[in-house]
Amino acid sequence: MTDFVLHRREILATALADRGDALVVTGLGSSTWDLASLGDRPENFYLWGAMGNSAMIGLGLAIAQPERRVVVVTGDGEMLMGLTSFTTIGARRPSNLAICVLDNERYTETGRQPTATGLGTDLAAVAKACGFPKTATIRTEAEAGQLGDLLLRTPGPVMAVAKVVDEQLPMAVPPRDGGYLKTRFRIGLLGEKAATLP
Amino acid sequence: MDDHWSVAAHRHFKAAGVRQVAYVPDGGLTKLIERCREDNAIETVMCATEEEGIGLAAGAWLGGQKAAVLMQSSGVGNTVNAIASLVTSAQFPFFAIVTMRGQWGEGNPWQVPMGQAVAPVLEAIGVKVFQADTAEDVGAMVEAGLRMAYSGDQAVAVLVSQRVIGSKVWVADKKEGAQ
Repeated sequence: MTDFVLHRREILATALADRGDALVVTGLGSSTWDLASLGDRPENFYLWGAMGNSAMIGLGLAIAQPERRVVVVTGDGEMLMGLTSFTTIGARRPSNLAICVLDNERYTETGRQPTATGLGTDLAAVAKACGFPKTATIRTEAEAGQLGDLLLRTPGPVMAVAKVVDEQLPMAVPPRDGGYLKTRFRIGLLGEKAATLP
Repeated sequence: MDDHWSVAAHRHFKAAGVRQVAYVPDGGLTKLIERCREDNAIETVMCATEEEGIGLAAGAWLGGQKAAVLMQSSGVGNTVNAIASLVTSAQFPFFAIVTMRGQWGEGNPWQVPMGQAVAPVLEAIGVKVFQADTAEDVGAMVEAGLRMAYSGDQAVAVLVSQRVIGSKVWVADKKEGAQ
């Protein structure tokens, strides 16, 4: 077992403390609970399913909103399922997109089975090999201090992988009605008229 | 004047305000992909697998843009959970064009099972399916399908029949990549 020191919700809270008008998409499971634990807001789009799709939702959003920062927060299992998206994002290279993988090397929700990130796969290295201009693997408190800059200000696409403690945390449950989350997000971003009229 | 169905499809993309087009290449989609790539008002995103296109289209809609996803029939199999769990669960509007294999005059047995499953699979996960058997059908169905998707808040797929695209003829000594 590894000796990780970083706690996922602590580093995420610090990194996103000054998120401003950044738009945040989460991968299903722990990452959704993590973001919800920081406070629910319309600019959060939480996945409750569709494993493997968070990064591409981030790409579509980043292309549609080039003036806004788009941050995808997900786990190692969800990211591994969407690994092909690294090639697509690396080819398109949106400068306003950052992906944060909270990597505990576990499929947390299904019984904490090991993932490939603990058995050889280096997600930051994969992203780098696919053309991401900025990649980092964060293991220490000092390195975690850079996470906010990486996610919110560094020209992207950014892949920031934070190795985090495998821990049991209380579920923080955001709204789960997908239609509501989608429309609330659009109203927050586009205004009610543009978001709801054809 | 070029009367290929891709001309009408592209025209309807423009009229409906489609801004992002995700695709995995297929021989039957070549002309439409080229047309979209040459259009500066449309952002084309080449995907490694069709599932990526579903996420991209949902993200585009969250950001206020309309998208279309282009794929071959085999690719539909790669999109099933993304459509069911994202598009249908969260009621995203969604529009796809699927160029068919495995039906009219198919000469490759490996294409048949997925090709035959496309319509029932899409319908089972909540997608409204329009089957275009002629080139004229495609244009009309793209227009109607985009309206149903983006005004009617539905998930719609237009299946372009192999009868429209033409079936590949398999000749032992034919060069790879030749049409």
